[in-house]
Amino acid sequence: MTTTPRHRRLDRVRWWTYLLLGIATVVCLFPLYWMFIVATTDTATATRMPPEIVPGGNFLHLAGLVMDTVPFVQSLLNSLVVATSIGVGQAVLCALAGFAFAKLRFPGRNALFLVVVLTMTVPTQLSVIPQYLIMSELGWVDTLQALIVPGLASAFGIFWMRQHISATISDELMQAARIDGASTWQVFWRIAFPIVRPAAFVLGLFGFVTAWNDFLWPFIVLKSPERYTAQIAIKALQNSYDVDLGLAMSGSFLATIPLVALFVVVGRRMVAGILEGAFKG
Amino acid sequence: MGERLSAYAYIAPFFVIFGVFGLFPFAFTFYVALFDWNPIGDQVFIGFDNFVRMFGDPRFWNAAGNTVSIWALSTVPQLLLALVLAHVLNHARLKFALFFRMTVLVPYITSVAATAIVFVQLFDRDYGMLNWLLGLVGVEPVDFVQSTWGSHLLIAVMVMWRWFGYTTLLYLASLQAVPRSVFEAAAIDGAGPWQRFRHITVPSLRPVIIFTVVTSTIGGLQIFTEPLLIATGAPLTCGAVRQCQTLTLFLYEQGFGQFEFGYGSAVGVALFVMVVAIAAVNYLLSTRIKAD
Repeated sequence: MTTTPRHRRLDRVRWWTYLLLGIATVVCLFPLYWMFIVATTDTATATRMPPEIVPGGNFLHLAGLVMDTVPFVQSLLNSLVVATSIGVGQAVLCALAGFAFAKLRFPGRNALFLVVVLTMTVPTQLSVIPQYLIMSELGWVDTLQALIVPGLASAFGIFWMRQHISATISDELMQAARIDGASTWQVFWRIAFPIVRPAAFVLGLFGFVTAWNDFLWPFIVLKSPERYTAQIAIKALQNSYDVDLGLAMSGSFLATIPLVALFVVVGRRMVAGILEGAFKG
Repeated sequence: MGERLSAYAYIAPFFVIFGVFGLFPFAFTFYVALFDWNPIGDQVFIGFDNFVRMFGDPRFWNAAGNTVSIWALSTVPQLLLALVLAHVLNHARLKFALFFRMTVLVPYITSVAATAIVFVQLFDRDYGMLNWLLGLVGVEPVDFVQSTWGSHLLIAVMVMWRWFGYTTLLYLASLQAVPRSVFEAAAIDGAGPWQRFRHITVPSLRPVIIFTVVTSTIGGLQIFTEPLLIATGAPLTCGAVRQCQTLTLFLYEQGFGQFEFGYGSAVGVALFVMVVAIAAVNYLLSTRIKAD
């Protein structure tokens, strides 16, 4: 008798919970909305106070100005090439290595896996100067492979795929495939990979997003405008700030829209990936 | 036999790529730091002169101070906010839970460059919405970019905005591992929302809190894009008086602005030492907490 009202009180979500989450929603979405507003109005409107909160009709004009200032379509394509290569490459290579560490027997397996885990502690971002020297030795400065190839290795991805493969693929299944005469590659590609594809997909998504948004390394290694990724094109637009206030905002908006669209479709899988404890590092 | 060869072939790409583009440059940083290394001129061995010079360089200490200040301003409020949001998002009966969880991750998929562009506009002295709002309550316009604390605050807000949702979901992941019956039993015993937050949520999140402190600290040491993009007049120094130049931006300025690869690498080594020191402090703290 007495526990029922208490239970109800615990279960009820209080009004301030929704208030708090509503504020968080506005904080998260407003900067993107504001980007859109400025990207669709002229300078005079964008700087008027109180601010305009409805989009204007200037979007195509500003987008045209963006294209005139930097090869922006090319930069979006470059970002797409780099981010897709890294996303797909990480998903496949990490699944492959994770499969080897989880299911194959070879001398040095445990020691080599420990090495993989330890490499996560090396802060490679701090060695951009020697990385640049290596790229110039290879003749890769101002090329997209200078971004793609280093991005393919992910120690965390191997660690994560190994966990998934250990948990989902039984030794009996491996043995059954072996008895049927499947080679190691066939066991991986026909049996293991299809089973862990959802996990590899989430890994690839995070690889894609990180590569799309990367700034420091592309900023160092890319020189000519037709090689720029979208992020570096934004920086170039900012340099021409005096042309139009909305220019860098339009560029930012154009570079963000593809990711927002992607997120609307697959965002719930990214959220699930984090909630599974995937990206605790 | 075939299995062994295949296994080595499957793990080889990682070791080759990491070796060439990760480990080798990392080790090479320590070597380059011992030289007066001009990329288009000579490389002269000078021993530890770069480090001696760095310790006497006020620009280095200024950048170190800025980095710590921005880190503290962004990390502390971010983690507290994430704690509260994770706590409320964990409610069993919450409506639109998926919508809220996805929304807080939207800043994470927005690039740092786009974030910087939009926040600089919102915080602009003359045309920014924030100053307009402050003006409504009688506050004089603040020039965020040109003042030291203002620029630190602006960068901290950007870092916080981009990461608080991600941190929230990390905390939520850990919270979901706490059985709901624990919260219910506490409520039946008369614990209010604040007491449940204080005595169940916070203690059960301790390991992941320590983890996020470490990762946000290591990330904080590498803040680069925000300071580069906010001071358009003098991007490499983040303003005329280096008011918001971080250590990584200082490294970039020396390496790729001044072409002092040796000196820039010495700054890289200093950053590495700080990362190791932070990891060590974390290790000591977490073993002490375990001992408790």
